[in-house]
Amino acid sequence: MLKILKYSFYDLMRSRWSYVYFLFYLLLGVVLLFLNNDLSKAVITLMNVIIILVPLIGTIFGVMYYYNSREFTELLLAQPVKRSSIFLGQYFGVATSLSMSLVIGLGMPFVFYGIFNSNAIWDFSLLLVTGAFLTFIFTALAFVIALSNENKIKGFGYAILLWLFMAVIYDGIFLMSLLYFEDYPLDKFSLVATMLNPVDLSRVLILLKLDISALLGYTGAVFQKFFGTSFGLVLSSALLALWVLVPTFFIWRIAKRKDF
Amino acid sequence: MIDVKNLYKKFGKNEVLKGIDLTIDRGGIFSVLGPNGSGKTTLIKCVLGMVLPDSGQIFIDGKPLKNNFKYRNEIDYLPQIANFPGNLKVSELIAMIKDLRDSKATKDEELIALFKLQPFLNKKLANLSGGTKQKVNLVLTFMFDSPLIILDEPTSGLDPISHLRLKNLINSEKEKGKTILVTSHILSFVEEIADEIVFLLEGKIYFKGSIPDLKAKTEQPDFEHAIASILSSSYA
Repeated sequence: MLKILKYSFYDLMRSRWSYVYFLFYLLLGVVLLFLNNDLSKAVITLMNVIIILVPLIGTIFGVMYYYNSREFTELLLAQPVKRSSIFLGQYFGVATSLSMSLVIGLGMPFVFYGIFNSNAIWDFSLLLVTGAFLTFIFTALAFVIALSNENKIKGFGYAILLWLFMAVIYDGIFLMSLLYFEDYPLDKFSLVATMLNPVDLSRVLILLKLDISALLGYTGAVFQKFFGTSFGLVLSSALLALWVLVPTFFIWRIAKRKDF
Repeated sequence: MIDVKNLYKKFGKNEVLKGIDLTIDRGGIFSVLGPNGSGKTTLIKCVLGMVLPDSGQIFIDGKPLKNNFKYRNEIDYLPQIANFPGNLKVSELIAMIKDLRDSKATKDEELIALFKLQPFLNKKLANLSGGTKQKVNLVLTFMFDSPLIILDEPTSGLDPISHLRLKNLINSEKEKGKTILVTSHILSFVEEIADEIVFLLEGKIYFKGSIPDLKAKTEQPDFEHAIASILSSSYA
């Protein structure tokens, strides 16, 4: 599997899109930091961008990579390599290169700005870690979608729908239900609902770390009580990890039974 | 060498293979023929483990294929459509496939010289013409010394000289005692190289034997007419 990972990774490192993605983050980091001059504000703005954009890029890139390398996959399938190694290797190759674009692209301007001498370093690290998690989660989901749909257009459609649901519609439904059931105690419900969507989970994790949870009112206090503890942090990390592991398991299972 | 027993495969409602029984002995060139959609590629992909049969078994050298991938070390496969990652250079692709197979005894340099690919070694695969890609494909297939070679439409896109070189290459591999499985629609090519043909029709083996046997069976004077008579009688 490591060999396939290495080659997928090299292949992507040379593609124009990895550089575009990398340069985008570099530029975003530079603009936010040097025009704004406020580290905490920059981290919040970045969070809003990352929470929406990282899942989108992960899904689109994952689906695109799978469909584009189909013939190459067939070449690999005829080689003495395990099936699961091929697909898991490709998946980790894509996800790793995307995460690296994100971490290096954003990391460089912050390092030059002097993040190591500032106390925002933990907020910033958490931002990069959740960004990497989101990349791994959504690339895995994209691979599951692409593996189960022969038709490219359908695959792209489902992938975009998935992103739209997770990033936008889920929040909408969540808010509507909060309004509709406002007479009932909702703190448990909103906690669970937040934890079930990796996008929301990442957002809440970062917001709470930034100590602006007072903005969230009573629910914010409940959240702070829960996520602020080490138990909350461990549980949310475990959930993010689960969001990576479950789709990865599906990649393995679908790949094992598929005809090429 | 290859033993196929009662192989069935359908894609959705489309039954492609309907009970194939086939034994291919070691040594010689076997050609799989049949009209479009008769299941040639599916059969080959089943042997390679790329398509998983619904029922039936395949053995290579007496070992079943199921849940086994190492046997592919013994097979060189030429896919029908040559399409490679465009970002890689030709030389990198060759190095990569070698790396994946952990194979030391290769003759890639010889083959690169044979197909005159030296000027392309440092070009990216995305910039190559279809015929050149097919030559790279051929180098990748023939550079290992495996006892079984499977070629799916090996002549597509090749110019006449490369075509001739390919034929010589196939014959020289045969003389080393290898088993070669070829599918092709070019009957003159098949007639020249094949020792035995396997004719697939609607997912079943219609005929297996030598070309003279086929001519005798269909009472036709030449190979092309023999094939045509099978097809027209089946469509009639």
